Amino acid sequence: MAGIEVTALHKRYPDGTVAVDHVDLSIGHGELFVMLGPSGCGKTTTLRAIAGLERQTTGDIRIGDTLVNDLPPAERDIAMVFQFYALYPHLKTRDNLAFPLRAEGLPKPEVHERVNEAARLMRLGPLLDRRPRQLSGGEQQRVALARALVRRPRAFLMDEPLTNLDAELRADMRTEIKHLQGELGATMVYVTHDQVEAMSLGHRIAILNKGRVEQIGTPLEVYDRPASLFCAAFIGSPPMNLIEVEVADGELRGKGGLVLPPPPGLPRDRSLIAGVRPEALEVTAPGAERSVPARVVSAEWLGDEIIYVVDHGGERDVRVRMPPTVRFAADATVGLRHTGGTPAVYDVSTEELVA
Amino acid sequence: MAVSVDEAVSTGPARDHTAPARRPGGRGRSVLEVALLTVLAVVMLFPVLWMIETSIKENRDVYAIPAKLFDFTVTLEHYKDVFVASDGGRSALSVSFLNSVVVAGASTVLATVLGVPAAWAYSRFAVKAKKDQLFFILSTRFMPPVVVVIPIFLMYRQVGLIDNKLGLILIYTAFNVPFTIWMMKGFVDEVPAEYEDAAMLDGYTRLQAFWRYTLPLLVPGIAATAVFALIFSWNEFVFATFLTSSDSVRTAPPAIAGLIGGTTTDWGLVAAASVVFALPVLVFAYLVRKHLIAGVTLGAVRR
Repeated sequence: MAGIEVTALHKRYPDGTVAVDHVDLSIGHGELFVMLGPSGCGKTTTLRAIAGLERQTTGDIRIGDTLVNDLPPAERDIAMVFQFYALYPHLKTRDNLAFPLRAEGLPKPEVHERVNEAARLMRLGPLLDRRPRQLSGGEQQRVALARALVRRPRAFLMDEPLTNLDAELRADMRTEIKHLQGELGATMVYVTHDQVEAMSLGHRIAILNKGRVEQIGTPLEVYDRPASLFCAAFIGSPPMNLIEVEVADGELRGKGGLVLPPPPGLPRDRSLIAGVRPEALEVTAPGAERSVPARVVSAEWLGDEIIYVVDHGGERDVRVRMPPTVRFAADATVGLRHTGGTPAVYDVSTEELVA
Repeated sequence: MAVSVDEAVSTGPARDHTAPARRPGGRGRSVLEVALLTVLAVVMLFPVLWMIETSIKENRDVYAIPAKLFDFTVTLEHYKDVFVASDGGRSALSVSFLNSVVVAGASTVLATVLGVPAAWAYSRFAVKAKKDQLFFILSTRFMPPVVVVIPIFLMYRQVGLIDNKLGLILIYTAFNVPFTIWMMKGFVDEVPAEYEDAAMLDGYTRLQAFWRYTLPLLVPGIAATAVFALIFSWNEFVFATFLTSSDSVRTAPPAIAGLIGGTTTDWGLVAAASVVFALPVLVFAYLVRKHLIAGVTLGAVRR
């Protein structure tokens, strides 16, 4: 296993499209590193550049101590798992697993042993003599994972491996991948557009947008302190409420009269936006202490929680996450107050976190 | 040949027969449908049938009035005339058939060998102005052959390709390559690029990955595309008429057309030559029909 260093990566296609503008990543040995972003953000291109399937226009990629810029994929000693599994349709599971080993020219007994080991890890025993056509989507993806395992590569690259599976299976596979990564201590780079996957799997998450890294941090850091307005609006379901605020009397004051505690070190004379998580707000009875008058626009009853959309006279409605026991009807007159800690505050012009 | 035509015509409607039975008023409707389809089949197949009949009638039966549909003497004399000259040597027609085989075969193989890798490249790689290039390639097919035949004739005269099989092979290839690229690109798009990616990570070069994984999956598509290219080259008439003149180079379509005209026309010979000419493509298409249908529908359905 080895770490991966990506320095000033830039990828421009011949037709002029810039897929990756500027990406720096430092992925540690044995780390499960997730690249998260909307489609077209450059996460897959970055991964393919690490794999050697795309040649970056400029920038360096190091795997371990090796500069791999000009090495073909096969010589980078990495394994990749694809969204569409990419199992060879004419080969049985057993031969699909053995394939990369035979390509390396390993002796037969060793191939046999490694295939059995990977099959045991991914519990593929009964599937070994079937062809991909005879396997379900989940089974195919387990074979694809096992196929990556047998190589004992220096790093695993995962390109949205769970996207094609149904929801239940996806949760199972997520657990399985996390467990496997921990057991092997493998360096793993995992690309996804699904924030739940990113939050639950990643040791660290890189959020990409328009070919640039917006933020790198642990799932908690990314959730608590999104580094930019883009991250604030991207992470969380529903995402942060973005409220335009002014500093007055040592407080942050929104247009609708909502009062927030100010973080230390706020810059002066700049337009600011506070990012407030739905769970940092509270819908109360009208006229409750420190609350501003508001009206319930709609309520989503999710069973374990209720998401209220509330109009409190600000520029836009805010979303509030409440336990299912607190019930207000749509259109009810209520109070709205802030209950969380100091919010993340962004500069309107730079769209970046200022405090 | 009659068998293959019947099969080709009836496979489609046959599926329709079962459906109306389940619809209200099914019986009367299906009778009507069968009747209409029968009429259609007769109208479509009659010229073919007449051609076959004429080719096996003696000359006096060919010209008989009223026409003899059933009651005639069967002879294979005309077929013998197609292949054997009156002096006992090879006939000019048989030479032209051989020329057709060589020209159509070679141009189809060339178009496939050039077109399939090109289609793969257009499908897999980010090429500068890809759409414009593909449009340009297609645009070479916008003009009907008869429009470009004069300039081609003049150019060919300069380089000595007039009345030359190589000249025909080249022009047919040029006409088939755009078609091959467009049709094959659809098929290549259908094969996930991940197969090649995976093979490259397993230690193969890009070309090896294409050769070992993508190409085998493209075989039905290649078969379908090649049949279309073959049919074009086999049936092509305009270029063949203008660019060739001698019996030793001419392909079958102008040679058969040359039989008509003059003071008398030997219709029996024309019919026999036409049957011989129609046969190979029909048989070939029949043999690869599974690939053909799989190929055409695969290419038509987008993901």
